[in-house]
Amino acid sequence: MGKQHYDALVIGAGHNGLTNAAFLAKSGLKVLVVEKNPYIGGASVSRELYENWTYSNCSYVCSLFRPEIYRELNLAKHGLQVTPFGGSVTFTRDGNFLGSYPDPEVMYREVARFSKRDANALERYHADTAKWCRLIRPFLMRTPPDPTSFRPKDWRELAFLLKKFHGLGEEQIYEFMRFFTLSVAEFLGDYFESDLVKAHFSGSGIIGTGLGPFSPGTAYVLLHHYMGDVDGNIGTWGIARGGMGAIAKALAGSLREFGGEILTGDGVERILVKDGRVTGVALESGAEISADNVVSNVDAKRTFLKLMDEKDLPAQVIDKARNFKIRGSSGKLNIALDGLPTFTGLSKDNPLYKGDFHFSDSLERIERAYDDWKAGMWSRDPYLDMLIPTLTDPTMAPPGKHMMSVFVQYCPAKLADGDWTDDKVRAFGDTVIDQMAEYSPDLKDLILHAEVRTPREIEAEVGLTEGNIFQGELTLDQLLFNRPFPGYAQYRGPVKGMYMCGSSTHPGGGVMAAPGANAAREMLADLKRDNTVPEDFGDD
Amino acid sequence: MTKQYDAIVIGGGHNGLVCAAYLGKAGKKVLLLEAADEVGGMARTREFCEGYRVSAGAHILHSLSAQVVKELALLDHGLDRSGHCLETVILDEQGAHVTAGRDSASGEGLSPEEIEAYASFKKKLRSYAELMQPMMRRRPPRVAALGFRDSVALAKLGWNMRFGLGTEEMRDFLRLAGINIYDVLDEFLGEGPASDKLKGMISLDAVMGSFTGPRSPNTVFTYLCRLMGELEGDMQLPVGGMGAVMQALANAAQAHGVEVRTAAPVSSIRTEKGCVVGVRLASGDDIDADIVVSNADPKTTFLKLLGAPKLEAGFANRVSRIRNRGTAAKLHFALRGLPKFTGLEEGQLRNRLLVASSSDFVELAFNPVKYEEVSDSPAIELVIPSLADPSLAPEGHHVMSIALPHVPYALKGGWDAEARKAFIDSVIASVERFAPGFTELVVDSELLTPADIEAQFGATGGHWHHGELALDQMLMLRPLYGAAQYTTPLDGLFLCGAGCHPGGGVSGLPGHNAAAAVLKNKKKGRAEAVA
Repeated sequence: MGKQHYDALVIGAGHNGLTNAAFLAKSGLKVLVVEKNPYIGGASVSRELYENWTYSNCSYVCSLFRPEIYRELNLAKHGLQVTPFGGSVTFTRDGNFLGSYPDPEVMYREVARFSKRDANALERYHADTAKWCRLIRPFLMRTPPDPTSFRPKDWRELAFLLKKFHGLGEEQIYEFMRFFTLSVAEFLGDYFESDLVKAHFSGSGIIGTGLGPFSPGTAYVLLHHYMGDVDGNIGTWGIARGGMGAIAKALAGSLREFGGEILTGDGVERILVKDGRVTGVALESGAEISADNVVSNVDAKRTFLKLMDEKDLPAQVIDKARNFKIRGSSGKLNIALDGLPTFTGLSKDNPLYKGDFHFSDSLERIERAYDDWKAGMWSRDPYLDMLIPTLTDPTMAPPGKHMMSVFVQYCPAKLADGDWTDDKVRAFGDTVIDQMAEYSPDLKDLILHAEVRTPREIEAEVGLTEGNIFQGELTLDQLLFNRPFPGYAQYRGPVKGMYMCGSSTHPGGGVMAAPGANAAREMLADLKRDNTVPEDFGDD
Repeated sequence: MTKQYDAIVIGGGHNGLVCAAYLGKAGKKVLLLEAADEVGGMARTREFCEGYRVSAGAHILHSLSAQVVKELALLDHGLDRSGHCLETVILDEQGAHVTAGRDSASGEGLSPEEIEAYASFKKKLRSYAELMQPMMRRRPPRVAALGFRDSVALAKLGWNMRFGLGTEEMRDFLRLAGINIYDVLDEFLGEGPASDKLKGMISLDAVMGSFTGPRSPNTVFTYLCRLMGELEGDMQLPVGGMGAVMQALANAAQAHGVEVRTAAPVSSIRTEKGCVVGVRLASGDDIDADIVVSNADPKTTFLKLLGAPKLEAGFANRVSRIRNRGTAAKLHFALRGLPKFTGLEEGQLRNRLLVASSSDFVELAFNPVKYEEVSDSPAIELVIPSLADPSLAPEGHHVMSIALPHVPYALKGGWDAEARKAFIDSVIASVERFAPGFTELVVDSELLTPADIEAQFGATGGHWHHGELALDQMLMLRPLYGAAQYTTPLDGLFLCGAGCHPGGGVSGLPGHNAAAAVLKNKKKGRAEAVA
């Protein structure tokens, strides 16, 4: 490849990198996305890992994806279709289950089977969570202000934040402040008495996080997961038709339509800096590509500790990157099935079959799963978020066959008794399958192929440090103007022409695409070009 | 008709005494009612078995506000702050103890870098504590209805944060305030058994009295609260136990004309048309006053003494939501001699001794309490008060006072005699590991689980701080919206306990701030309402 020059070069063709590149290309910049894997998508990817089965082997559901971006980048035209999927089921050890049904009447009856009081609290619970989500949502597509700055832009943004909160009224402000340190267990305790009901709703508070349901701050994580919507329905989850890779494909289609380019199969070795300014990147293949601006979609730790030279960075940035909390806390199993497994007590024609399944029927079980992780073990009785996407999208497997996606919480990146080995990975996978088999007598016989992924595998393939799905913990110290670290929360790196657009930046992880879009907006402002990035259009 | 008293203070804990003293000093005629036979609340010193006395709850004097000491002239009223200032010894089974002072640390295996790291860590966090301290000495502002003084106080805070700390430190403060102590310690302190002990100590200090382990977010904040106490003075074991400190407070109150009546439990707060008119004693007697200040915890005050029907439903609901699951317990031992700790001189026993070898140790010790179980390897803070004051035990004998951060209020299977004995034995076994022969010295013991603390001292949930010290229960959220400025929805009813801003510990600040709020209060239309 000859010496080429780009206005902007994006490292990593994950959904945020592609989104960022698409908006830059749309404004007329010459853009290149560089991806180390031979395929694009990063963690929103679908690949054929077993004959005729499509695996979305990392992210598996979507709902956080910002509709503004979907519309602005014409993703429908490029083939992205999001289908809402059925409810959610928690199986109990005594052969019963609690399901989330979309029909409020049915849902009421369902919960009333376990607690009348809890059934009565449902409406209040949903209304309240929707209210808090609506409050947070407008901040997703905005750049966080720097509270130490005196620039008018930051003051305006701070004023916007304050106004939003002030608009809540005093009582509601205080109610919201509780989220700073409320645990998801306490939050749910405000509404529900049944441990099963609490366990059923608590999953969103811990998924992807190195915290347990009793840890302060997990109520916020729950909101983060609830913020998503499909077609304007807050809290609804969807599946991308054709697998999560369809998102990356559509974004790539949009990028190419605007004239952007993608280079796959060659990773970035180093970001090149000269005289305090980015000049381009050196590739693993040895080639160099020059660019005026380099955007890293890689997590903050990897970006500063691996892709950049220490001498090009202020010392405190290196410290900050080292102290940035990224914890591998989850694993994933992707299983090709010869047929649809039976789950005791749940009939196969129940629409809940299309939803996600959980097998932890009490908060204590989930918290104990967390205790194992703290001690450097994978959970002996893990919290699972299992889904059979082929029930919603049959194109992902041959007719009559199925694909099962199992998200596992908790699985540490480092084990107390030494490194991960293939045997340990297998044992981890068996733990997960054994737990499901307790509820499904025929599951083990139906398994054709199981891919087991611990943080080690996710990091090796996708490049996420410790395999953390959010590119960094969603705790108070790493949100808003603290994400990824204080002083660098506005997508600009410490070197001129260097930017960050991954989930390590505000507003964080989930296949949301907001970090990519926000970074593009800041870059376009720096380059004095017209903004192509939409604002939150607020559909309530 | 003139009433006999201007104000009644319910409860003679330290905050009640402080509040009464300030009100008396301002010229109010104050009656303080205490249910027990003597004042002091959880900080009183009492006999737990024949011949042995110990401070029931709080056993170390460390956070008492210097301002309160000065303004109430407590030194003239019998407060003795001349004693030995405690250092902390983090115990090691083999005798490789680490001793830590305010900013100094020493011990086997501690490198100069590690000592320096500890000092600079403390200095950094203390600067945050200093930043927050002025907010602790005044009533918390209301965010949506800022008065002039509130705005000034907040502006001052903002100014100090921005210019006092500087850009980088302000950023770090905003990052650290909500985080967990575990990660912060990993960032700042080294690794290795000696540094781990310092981390264990700080972890224990950060979680003592709250439902958290060092990995729980919010524990840097609780540690900052602890450091604010450190700003007031060094730790001491007072002569006469904490009860002597309480006596000094009572003396100060009485010197200001406060009438202290003990063994006078209040059964209810009487109201008319939304205004307080006095209290009713358990004896059936009524006492009238336009102002009633409750040192009881918020749940007791609102739900028991007043009753939910007298409150707006939303307010009552918020009261019941206050998180006050106590997790800290006390264990007292009567000893027939002074225990010998491996590698410790007798003089070093006058310090605070900790079983907390690392932050992981403290975190593991926290796990069981989540499931209403007890750890068989608990984190322990122990002192031997009889070394500071031999009169606490018969000659040659000693008392040991132990605080345990992680003991459940309710135990799976119940706190029956068997469970209590098993738990006491497991603590004895823990101490024995560091002090061989300890078991033989034990004459008698007393265990105060959170449930016992509730039963004996009336704090709902047995919570030392009358409510968790968490960001969502601090400042204008402590104890709850609608009663966070020491006033309550009822005209004439005030709160002054640890359930209020700035929270627990024997600081006296809630009492001080509450007195200011009482004195500032205008009687809004009271005359018309209650003729």
